[in-house]
Amino acid sequence: MSTTTSPAASVPTARTSVSATQPAARRTRGNKLAQWGFIAPAVAFMALFFGYPLVRNVVMSFQSYTPKTFFTGEAPFNGLDNWRTVFGDDLFGSALGHTLIFTVGSLAGQFGIGLALAVFFRRRFPLNGVLRSLILLPWLVPMVVSGVVWRRILDQDTGVLNSFLGLFGVGDATPWISSPSLALFSVIMVNIWIGIPFNMVILYGGLQEIPKELYEAAALDGASAWRTFRSITLPMLRPVITVVLVLGFMSTVKILDLILALTDGGPADSTQTLGTLTYQNSFVQLDFGAGAVVGNVLILISAVFAVFYLRANRSEGK
Amino acid sequence: MATSSMLPAGKSRKQRRSWGSLAAGIVILLIMMFPLYWMLNTALQPKAGLVEVGWVPTHFDFSGFTKAFSDQGTNLLTSLLVAAGAVVICLVIAAPCAYGLAQFRLPGAKSIVFGTLITQMVPGIVVANALYSAYVSMGLVNSYFGLMLADASLGIPFAIILMRAFMVSIPREVIEAAEVDGAGRIRTFVQVVLPMSRNSLITAGLFAFLFAWSDFMFALTLNTTDAVKPVTLGIYQYIGAHVGDWGSVMAASVLSAIPAAILLVLAQKYIAAGITGGSVK
Repeated sequence: MSTTTSPAASVPTARTSVSATQPAARRTRGNKLAQWGFIAPAVAFMALFFGYPLVRNVVMSFQSYTPKTFFTGEAPFNGLDNWRTVFGDDLFGSALGHTLIFTVGSLAGQFGIGLALAVFFRRRFPLNGVLRSLILLPWLVPMVVSGVVWRRILDQDTGVLNSFLGLFGVGDATPWISSPSLALFSVIMVNIWIGIPFNMVILYGGLQEIPKELYEAAALDGASAWRTFRSITLPMLRPVITVVLVLGFMSTVKILDLILALTDGGPADSTQTLGTLTYQNSFVQLDFGAGAVVGNVLILISAVFAVFYLRANRSEGK
Repeated sequence: MATSSMLPAGKSRKQRRSWGSLAAGIVILLIMMFPLYWMLNTALQPKAGLVEVGWVPTHFDFSGFTKAFSDQGTNLLTSLLVAAGAVVICLVIAAPCAYGLAQFRLPGAKSIVFGTLITQMVPGIVVANALYSAYVSMGLVNSYFGLMLADASLGIPFAIILMRAFMVSIPREVIEAAEVDGAGRIRTFVQVVLPMSRNSLITAGLFAFLFAWSDFMFALTLNTTDAVKPVTLGIYQYIGAHVGDWGSVMAASVLSAIPAAILLVLAQKYIAAGITGGSVK
């Protein structure tokens, strides 16, 4: 499970806070120091737990780590060796491909179904609020647990999905997670299931903000439901859609828990992503240098995406 | 709507429609919940082993739970302890910062807010990769405190953003009045600001708890022995070792899903506030 916050969210509030505090700004220097005292621990913490790892990973990617490193403390620099090894391995290319397919597939499914459910829950009916909050449970359960449960459900011989499909005479013992050609698809399906509630809740919140008058006007003009959705709902929802997709991207591209619990990256590396490959390199092979290389690629993808998003966001705001 | 102007016939059609929607809503919920139902169902049929599990448990067999408790009981306690510690660290560090960013006029405050948002871009496995060697040299591997710190990092940026958004709306006058009364900066914060921000503190704390309780990655990477083993790690190792014993694996899974279920029922409004407040507002 993960919740994230978006840059779009905080910009307006940042402005109000500055203007609100302006008059009381004249204080002594000691006062300013005391004020920094409130902020410093958090800044130090974030520098250690987010800033330091970013820098350290770049350095580590040029160092040679072996299982012995942690006894001897020696990790000599080895130039571009780690980069060459990682990029020369076919597994890196396929992990990159899997990561992209997994991210795009998961986002498309989570968003599409989440939006459909958000629109559905706009209807007025009894117990609407109760159903909407209960649906959050799959998202709140630890991801490893979801992975383990689905591992059982998708089992080829004794899983309930195949028994269910068998009732209709289809899906004769489909090897959902035991076939290299199907496993990635199954992992995406499970991740869609996990992500639907989050998408639904945020999109539902966005839908509630759209003024009712717009729909009334559309109804007066005799617009069809589809037309209303395309010409009112989608354009008005655009900022929220951006936020949901960006947050979804950030949390999906780096996923690790689910894949380890569901398939361990297998069978035959068919569900190996950049996240699991980083883990395998560093914590299974104990080659932290190679792990750092893959980790850096992962950061780079996120960073490019973040810059792209911030640009789009800024031009939209003006 | 045009139908709303119609007389009784229209109204009953509308009512029928709302019952139809309720039925559809229940079907959606059942589909979404099925995997969790299946977890419970399998947990209650431990004897089924590797053969097919019945659609409903015909009689309740709690031996899976007994086994799960004896195997994973300590791990559950570890999870509880680590998550509680992470919540404390998270709130102690994040709350003053949120207040400072919301109410003090400090140069660079905006960049700090921006940096806080950007931290969410850093993949956890990258953090673990670098943290591991740092932890080795500081002796924090296989320690409760080390894992609490790492798990707190999952909640701190979120908590800062969430509480700051709330504390911005505390009127200046309230804080100044407290200071005029002679309260120091810290006393004002503890006795005035924190009580006023109670709801956002609870929301941030709940999410910090859920993040830490659900953590698997730090548990997996920052522990090399069985000294500190949260239940997520315990379950992961379970499926490696006892795939035949799905009853107790599922029972352990049920136990580890309980905090989420309890919080969803008891603290529903905070959960909803956290999801929307943290990401859109």
